[in-house]
Amino acid sequence: MSLAKRSVLISALVTSLGTWVFWWGTDGFTAFTAETARRVEILRSPRALPDVTLEDQNGKIFHLKDYQGKLLAVDFIFTRCTTLCRSMGMIFKQIRDLIPEESLGRDFALLSISFDPEHDAPANLKKYGEAYGADGEIWRIARVRNKAELQSLLDAFGIIVIPDQFGGFEHNTALHLVGRDGRLRLISDIDKAVPFAEQVVALL
Amino acid sequence: MIGTLSHYSGRSALALGVFYLLLATPIARDWLEASMSRHMLVQMPLLVVIGIIAARLVPGRMQDSLLIRLGGAWPCVIAALFASSYWMLPRALDAALTDPWAEAAKFLSLPFLVGFPLVLAWRRLTLIGRGFVWTNFFSMLAVLGWLYIVAPVRVCNSYLVNDQENAGWYMVIASVLLFFWWLGTLLVGGGVGPDKPDQSGSGRTFA
Repeated sequence: MSLAKRSVLISALVTSLGTWVFWWGTDGFTAFTAETARRVEILRSPRALPDVTLEDQNGKIFHLKDYQGKLLAVDFIFTRCTTLCRSMGMIFKQIRDLIPEESLGRDFALLSISFDPEHDAPANLKKYGEAYGADGEIWRIARVRNKAELQSLLDAFGIIVIPDQFGGFEHNTALHLVGRDGRLRLISDIDKAVPFAEQVVALL
Repeated sequence: MIGTLSHYSGRSALALGVFYLLLATPIARDWLEASMSRHMLVQMPLLVVIGIIAARLVPGRMQDSLLIRLGGAWPCVIAALFASSYWMLPRALDAALTDPWAEAAKFLSLPFLVGFPLVLAWRRLTLIGRGFVWTNFFSMLAVLGWLYIVAPVRVCNSYLVNDQENAGWYMVIASVLLFFWWLGTLLVGGGVGPDKPDQSGSGRTFA
């Protein structure tokens, strides 16, 4: 075979291989960021979560597994947060208000988990909850005290928390829905509160 | 020096290998990957440079026969284009930090699929071919940098949003500086870029 022909052939081969790698690495040209990838993957295969021990705003100890059999909306916060977590509080409130009252607590609950257990003692969690009208039952604010458990929970959800230069944190913020089987089944953008609530209602 | 590695290039190869291993140590990785700018604009270029130097240490005749076996200049250029653009994806950056396999792939692909093949191909590329490679690189860098500056969201879960903006500005600045430097070589040196015109080769073009 002439060199020119070989060159064309190998170029074509390299091009298709490269395209395949891109296709594979971006879930068919849909997920170019890790955040989108996390959402696509959860939709495709709902993910099991570790059964971590939590402490709520009243100092009450409970387990993530306690919520099995209910739909559970989860978000991740730290109470010192002055930016996104504030809107997160408003968004969670909005979601709660969109769910039929008879389902609240019985078939659907909300849980805000702090990833800053050192600072977020129950008193601070309580203050955060009260600021958004969380009742502490249907919507609890909690922390995971054990560092290893917290990390395993964040890993399972795909949350990456990094300290910023102001002593706070930056983290990927989203709305998470855990199904009755205890698996993470949906991750939505925080500006999609209404569709998120509609999804929940459809599952009730 | 054609045919065998000289004493000099043997030592250079050793130094290069040591530097490569140093970059792969956890301390160097942690430091270079702690910020998005360092990750994209220091560590990754260094890995490419390692491939470039490695290829230059290969004797000219071996470079030629290797290039023929690889099907000439264009397959090499295409491989370099794909591999370098892949590591510009925000998702790939995140993956390199969270998945050891992705990190290993980055450490292997940037030298051996970007730097090394580019050098092999370079001597056989015409002025237009080189211009294509350069302008493609500048525009990719500038567009990506601009995207990082204006992106309304954090594209990497592992990096702060202002880090992303900084990285974007550095990329735009780098692309502009590189463009003017390349333009300068066009006017002064005939557009050969960093490499001297082909002196050792037989003068044939392979692709």
